[in-house]
Amino acid sequence: MKTNYVANCGTWFLDRFPLTKLWNEHMAQYYAPKNFNFWYFFGSLALLVLVNQFITGILLTMNYKPDASLAFDSVEYIMREVPWGWLVRYMHSTGASAFFIVVYLHMFRGLIYGSYKQPRELIWIFGMLLFVALMAEAFMGYLLPWGQMSYWGAQVIISLFSAIPVIGDDLSLWVRGDYVISDATLNRFFAFHVIAIPLILIMLVFLHIIALHEVGSNNPDGIEIKDSKDPWGHPVDGIPFHPYYTVKDIVGVAVFLFFFATVLFYMPEMGGYFLEHANFIPADPLATPEHIAPVWYFTPFYAILRAIPDKFAGVIAMGGAIVVLFLLPWLDRSPVKSIRYRGGIYKKALFLFVISFLGLGYLGMQAPTAGATMMARVFTSIYFAFFLLMPIYTRWEKTKPVPKRVNQPASIEDHIPAIKESFAAMTLEVSEQKNGHTVKHTRPNPSGIAHELSKLVKKMKGSLD
Amino acid sequence: MKKLLQSCLLLLMPLGVFASAGMELDSAGIDLTDKTSLENGAHLYVQYCLGCHSTKYIRYLNLADDFDIDEQEILNKVAPEGAGIYDKMLTAMNEHDAKKWFGTQPPDLSLIARSRGADWLYSYLKGFYADPKKPLGVNNAIFPDVGMPNPLWKLQGTQRPVYETVDGQEVITELELEENGTMSADEFDKSVNDIVNFLVYAGEPAQLKRESMGKYVLFFIFMFGVIAYLLKKEYWKDIH
Repeated sequence: MKTNYVANCGTWFLDRFPLTKLWNEHMAQYYAPKNFNFWYFFGSLALLVLVNQFITGILLTMNYKPDASLAFDSVEYIMREVPWGWLVRYMHSTGASAFFIVVYLHMFRGLIYGSYKQPRELIWIFGMLLFVALMAEAFMGYLLPWGQMSYWGAQVIISLFSAIPVIGDDLSLWVRGDYVISDATLNRFFAFHVIAIPLILIMLVFLHIIALHEVGSNNPDGIEIKDSKDPWGHPVDGIPFHPYYTVKDIVGVAVFLFFFATVLFYMPEMGGYFLEHANFIPADPLATPEHIAPVWYFTPFYAILRAIPDKFAGVIAMGGAIVVLFLLPWLDRSPVKSIRYRGGIYKKALFLFVISFLGLGYLGMQAPTAGATMMARVFTSIYFAFFLLMPIYTRWEKTKPVPKRVNQPASIEDHIPAIKESFAAMTLEVSEQKNGHTVKHTRPNPSGIAHELSKLVKKMKGSLD
Repeated sequence: MKKLLQSCLLLLMPLGVFASAGMELDSAGIDLTDKTSLENGAHLYVQYCLGCHSTKYIRYLNLADDFDIDEQEILNKVAPEGAGIYDKMLTAMNEHDAKKWFGTQPPDLSLIARSRGADWLYSYLKGFYADPKKPLGVNNAIFPDVGMPNPLWKLQGTQRPVYETVDGQEVITELELEENGTMSADEFDKSVNDIVNFLVYAGEPAQLKRESMGKYVLFFIFMFGVIAYLLKKEYWKDIH
């Protein structure tokens, strides 16, 4: 009988490899808090995008030529002649931006629910290393299409090394392998982009997840679910990751893919944010573009760099903006993790931080005018103040008592009556005589909308205290 | 605080500046499903542009395939005399002559619609005006001091700029037809539109495919999402 052979092979394998143990430890018997909300989708989505980048990247490498005289043409060859090449290339280019969107939201989740706090400091450190590796990966990958922005963006960023005193010029020469960005730079960036950094990324993802599964996941209430266990030793507020979170994450994947495919099929350039217009002109070392801006995901840090008048101090500040994130677990002295039980000061500080981060992102794309530089300095100060003053304001602010057990989040269905109610408040029923029939129309009601909006503002204001 | 407010206002300045000065871009109204327009655009492109500008990523065969036209018709109506169906759309002008005549080699236009945008191209092609101060006798309202003659002057005729003083500076606000060409203004607009349509196609031939494919992909993902949600709900109904 055939099935017996298959079963025997399986047993033979399981006798020699701890597959069952691994599966149970990390999936079927890994207990995760049952109250994960929207913000908890982005970890698994980051993994999905990573896999997407790997697969599409391998396919692109089969037709891409890392040679300054061939690179630009080979990308267009992929876009036009290679069957489905355009799809693979857009999946990779859209994936790069999607990766940063997902990762920024994933990090913001850590910020609001205190996921970096004891005992999860190491997870945060591995995560930050992943973020740095991801930035290096994206920066080097952006040179490969060999367009004008690829070339001049790399030129600007690598010239930053020359701002370092004494060794600066030699260091930037060593990094480039030439006096300007050239074929030598393209070749080494290609090597780093397709081999070195992907290996580092895989290793760090492994460490990030292993460290997470050792201490267990945090949750929106910031409560340790391991503190209350049932007689069998399982956390009462925990549920096995598989099947509960595997099926839930698949829903997240579907929603993510819907947005991803919309961008991919209808606006792959995303108005010049995901693929910059100037990058459709081949790299020309003799023609500097009027306005050199990095891709959107680097612009907050680029704005910090430009905000500082001195070049070397700017480089330090830009590096410091990343370094300070590494220190977050030790800067935060609050006894509670989640924003739900923190005081009003932290909420307001976080609100200002988000505004300044987005503001810096916007300013980094614009040409530097006097007003823009002034704003960038204000935002840079807020950015650093948020972190550096944290030991003071988190220690002194009044926190709320943390419950013993987690709160179950309301499901989408529970919100439907409230949505219906506010819809009714914002609209008017109008009857109209038409061909002898009475037709009922629903029309927007301006005063109702204003009333609902003021209620919303009041609610948001109330939640800040 | 006052300084902060001032810099906020300064930030919004560029938006206002762009809106007032000079000519605004006309909307090109691109329609890549209009195969007649694309074919006519390719025909006009070969007639009036290919003399100097190559479109090296496009072969004549691509036009036949993507516009659903016979290869023979492309060779008869679109391609220049002597071109084969597998030939790339290369210019007959060599680099040496180009440098001698224009000082630089005219750029390849395969990706011009992606770097400049359709509206810019449309306005640029309609933006030439007579300017005796320039070596070629023409200037452009969208691309000042451009080193290129107006290739379509015979069709369009010649235009004269209308100046207006904005903030103490002379700015061109519109162009007036000075001398009629062989086409009426509407016919000419349509022809330029066809050329731009062709260039937008040339910038990314895959967009014909991807936009028609997108709705099926989105529908599939949507249905997948519904099923995934129902599955999740079924699994989670015991979790309280």
